[in-house]
Amino acid sequence: MTMLIITPLADTLPSDTGSGYVAAAYIVFAVILLIYVVIMAIRLTRVERRLHELRTREVPPPPQEEPPNRQARERETV
Amino acid sequence: MNIEPKSQTTKPHAASSRAAHAPAGTSSAFTKHVQDKAPSAHAPAGTPSSSTKHVPTKTAQVVLALLRKELLVELRTLESVPGMSLFAVSTFVVFHFALHRSAVDGDLAAGVLWVTLLFAAMLGVNRLFVADAEQGGFDGFLLAPVDRSAMLLAKVCALLAYLVVLELVAVPAFALLLLGPSLGQALPGLVGVIALADVGIAVIGTLIAALAVRTRARDLLGPLLALPLLVPVVIGGARASSPLLAAGHAGGPGGRWLALLALYDLVFGLIAYAVFDFLLED
Amino acid sequence: MRVPSSSVPSLRTLSIATVVAMGVAFGLVFFYAPIELEEGFLQKIFYLHVPLAIVSLCGFVSGGLMAIAHLRTRDSRWDLRSYVTIHMSLIFGVAVLLTGSIWARGSWGHWWVWSEPTLVSYLIVFLLYATYQPLRFAIEDPERQARYASVFAIVAGAFVPLNFLAVRLSTSYLHPRVLGGSSNLPGPMRLTFLVSLAAIALLFVTLCSYELTAKRTRIMLKSRSRILGYR
Repeated sequence: MTMLIITPLADTLPSDTGSGYVAAAYIVFAVILLIYVVIMAIRLTRVERRLHELRTREVPPPPQEEPPNRQARERETV
Repeated sequence: MNIEPKSQTTKPHAASSRAAHAPAGTSSAFTKHVQDKAPSAHAPAGTPSSSTKHVPTKTAQVVLALLRKELLVELRTLESVPGMSLFAVSTFVVFHFALHRSAVDGDLAAGVLWVTLLFAAMLGVNRLFVADAEQGGFDGFLLAPVDRSAMLLAKVCALLAYLVVLELVAVPAFALLLLGPSLGQALPGLVGVIALADVGIAVIGTLIAALAVRTRARDLLGPLLALPLLVPVVIGGARASSPLLAAGHAGGPGGRWLALLALYDLVFGLIAYAVFDFLLED
Repeated sequence: MRVPSSSVPSLRTLSIATVVAMGVAFGLVFFYAPIELEEGFLQKIFYLHVPLAIVSLCGFVSGGLMAIAHLRTRDSRWDLRSYVTIHMSLIFGVAVLLTGSIWARGSWGHWWVWSEPTLVSYLIVFLLYATYQPLRFAIEDPERQARYASVFAIVAGAFVPLNFLAVRLSTSYLHPRVLGGSSNLPGPMRLTFLVSLAAIALLFVTLCSYELTAKRTRIMLKSRSRILGYR
């Protein structure tokens, strides 16, 4: 794809080695960026799945199930 | 490991003989020692401490007391310095075989010397806070009403002392084993360069030792953190020593390398002073 | 702590701005900036490599500044910001070293050269900050982890300029220095460079914002699920 950008440049294609390295550098940058975005996307789907899980589980019983002081302590440690 | 000899160290010491029963001679022995040395009526007028309560002892006295304890412990247990020195000598032998040379001079000599000093220093850095971490020395120190930077100063001076002893062994060994040209004329310059570099190594070493000692894999993390940080010291030290160790006695160390070392010492000395407290609290 | 959804619009604005800026920057690089006389087309890497390096170095130093804020205020949000900034700078650092190496290979035929002081000192800084995460993961107690990491970030942040000074002093100029030539660039090149710099900086800020939001969301999610009694 980078080649598609570079080839229309009639006046900017001197030695063949130069353009190869430039392309490599920009491709490396793009690949790193892409890897990062993919990792973020995977994390996001995981978070969304967890959120969905929390929402669609049977509505958790009101806090009488657990002793109230334990819940308060949980909130503090978090 | 070293618990037995440590409790021996407090006994012969007159002022802390009362603390002979104290664990490992680090915490309560130190506190007793400090309070013996400074009469309780001594006003805290000159104390640079930033704590709000009355500090009964001057920081300088605290530093001296701590330093004395460090050096005494090291003298009795001999766990750092002989190891460091032996390591340096062995490294010179390894270099002889690795480089396949009988004599080095100039850049190569400076390189061999500084790499060896650096790695031997790492051994000392690894051991610096281990006793305190394992035997409650930190807690004991925190309980004492003294300025916390005193521990930094004392540990830096102690590490500096170990490095000096290391160099007293390593530099003659180097001159004997590997160095081509004779040291005679270059010695004062070399001493100056090593002194400046030592301060930098001591400051960074103490800081990283304190950082690494209460983590997992502390022996690995210490050198891993310290080596990149010490690269400017190596640059300054090696570039400055290289003309001193040159074959034809080229000349003195370049001023800019000494300036670099001095700047490094100053900057990191100040930073260490500023952040050390945060490492101690718990 | 702010609810993630309230920062989504600003994330979207940032992302759009970043994409636009980077599009403009690359357009300028390939269609506007003239070919440099000595280096030829290879010099175009300069517009990618140098902004990445500058932005990541500023990131490292800002991480140190945020660490100072954390130690002063004891607010763990500063520690989170510091961690994300340093982590992102490290990722950018990988790109810096790779693009620098490619440039070295193109210019001098070797994948690494010691005569380029900025690249060499960058390697040292990179090696230092690569220990940041192992350090954090070696401490279990979260409060102590944050505190020790902040101390490290401050020391390392102060180290960055000193290191550059030291390496620059020690490098002998056998090769003509290409990376340092950003001060005397002709007009169009300077404009392109500045636009690229702005685009990369914007990219950095955007990615950090995403990372921060993701981390905060995960923390909130964890706390909610714990309150509800799960896990």
